[in-house]
Amino acid sequence: MNTTTTLRQAEEQIVENFSLFDDWESKYEYLIDLGKKLKPLEDQYKLEENIIKGCQSTVWLVSWFENGKVIFKADSDAVIVKGLVSMLIEVLSNRTPQEILDAKMDFIKEIGMMSHLAQTRSNGLLAMIKQMKNYALAYKAAN
Amino acid sequence: MDTVAIPDITNYDVQAIRSFFPVLKRAVHNRPLIYFDNAATSQKPQEVIDALSNYYENYNANIHRGIHTLAEEATGAYEDTRKTVQQFINAATTEEIIFTRGTTESINLVAYTWGRKNIAAGDEIIISEMEHHSNIVPWQILCEEKNAVLKVIPVSDAGEVSLNDFQNLLSTKTKLVSIVHASNSLGTINPVEEIIRLAHTQGAVVLIDGAQSAVHLDIDVQKMDCDFFAFSGHKVYGPTGIGILYGKKHLLEKMPVFMGGGEMIKEVTFEKTTFNELPYKYEAGTPNIADTIALHTALQFLKKTGRKKIREHEKQLVAHATSSLLKMDGLKIIGTSQNKVSLVSFVIDGIHPQDIGVLLDNQGIAVRTGHHCTQPLMKRYNIPGTVRASFGMYNTLEEVDQLIIALQKAIKMLR
Repeated sequence: MNTTTTLRQAEEQIVENFSLFDDWESKYEYLIDLGKKLKPLEDQYKLEENIIKGCQSTVWLVSWFENGKVIFKADSDAVIVKGLVSMLIEVLSNRTPQEILDAKMDFIKEIGMMSHLAQTRSNGLLAMIKQMKNYALAYKAAN
Repeated sequence: MDTVAIPDITNYDVQAIRSFFPVLKRAVHNRPLIYFDNAATSQKPQEVIDALSNYYENYNANIHRGIHTLAEEATGAYEDTRKTVQQFINAATTEEIIFTRGTTESINLVAYTWGRKNIAAGDEIIISEMEHHSNIVPWQILCEEKNAVLKVIPVSDAGEVSLNDFQNLLSTKTKLVSIVHASNSLGTINPVEEIIRLAHTQGAVVLIDGAQSAVHLDIDVQKMDCDFFAFSGHKVYGPTGIGILYGKKHLLEKMPVFMGGGEMIKEVTFEKTTFNELPYKYEAGTPNIADTIALHTALQFLKKTGRKKIREHEKQLVAHATSSLLKMDGLKIIGTSQNKVSLVSFVIDGIHPQDIGVLLDNQGIAVRTGHHCTQPLMKRYNIPGTVRASFGMYNTLEEVDQLIIALQKAIKMLR
């Protein structure tokens, strides 16, 4: 959640980080590491209403609107999914609703794990992005 | 129209068996595919794939009413499958074999026809805690509609139901017992013959969900004395989209029809329609002809390969997997009955099953992770799901060893 980087810069940074690894093990180890480092969501937010439907693991997502920007916090009980969540927060949190709505999320393709991550809905990646964009849309409409 | 020769494998040569399954030659993430998701669906031998294209290439026609040669050939092949299925489960007549889309549709057919006619307010239906959602939801819908009561036999820590618990629930109010023959999440084989015998003493009808058992166990519906038996073609090395409902003739005759349309009628006027005889009365519309015909080939393949030999081979795979898995730190097997079909479900301390599944897939190993459509059962064990490795006739002991190595690697990455 670096306030000085743009959304695109955050994406590029992730792509660059992944480019350091050339085999699937290292890429996944990095993703697992991201998951482990993500600050756990406080128990008070781990409510049924914050669970994203369509994921095999449980993913909680909360958001609020602050100074014209959307802040996301999320967590999961599966660590690889938590790594994905961590990247989505890095890219989409602390952005304006319009930035979030415009985000093409190209970095997912660019990190070279597309075949692993996006082809199955069970990891909930697409459901998470959709939900984050829904929040952005709601904040945009309300403000 | 069975023009494809099915090889006779006299000794159990797993490599020879593998050679009949084209998909086993492929790689996944640059590793040779190890397919351990057979409880979800089995792979298809070339003979089955050929039977499908042979039908479309040579005698595609709508069945039963055409007078031309192609229609006769297609009808003959389609009805041959009914005969083969009758023999496969030892039904008394082919009239007791209804073609459906799969186990789920078979169970729903009973719920919507027999159930609607025979279940009244205050009646009780007994299922077990290990049922697949397909054997829970149709009965919940029926109970809600009829104000009937759904009762659930509990499952023990080992993953078994006790006959005592069953008898405690059973009474003259019980109109139906619908229970799984072999659990898709635990592997447990239930004592269905005893359950059926007890249920019948109270006048209840019994449906057996054979989705997991038909491929592994010898099924004799007359000896078992079940009233209904449901299973799917795609889990017995046949195509998807074809399932079976067996029902005792006297029950099927009295049940109302399921869907209305062509094929299931005798005579239609705008005032009144009379229905066709068994089994056609439950088969409205043009059926799934190609897949039904290819199911015949799949059942022949199973028979020729030798069901007893396959079962012995699969027992070896389960025993080897179980003993190897139990050596792993923090691993717990869910479903420890001595009497299981060929699958092993497990959890690992502090690791989500999905993470294991993703890292195994990257090593070319297909397992199933999650709740396996048995959410109440997962709740009973207080787990989000399991990792399930389920074996088929073509799996090898070496593949099980590969699973253990891949699992060790996954755990190392995740811890």
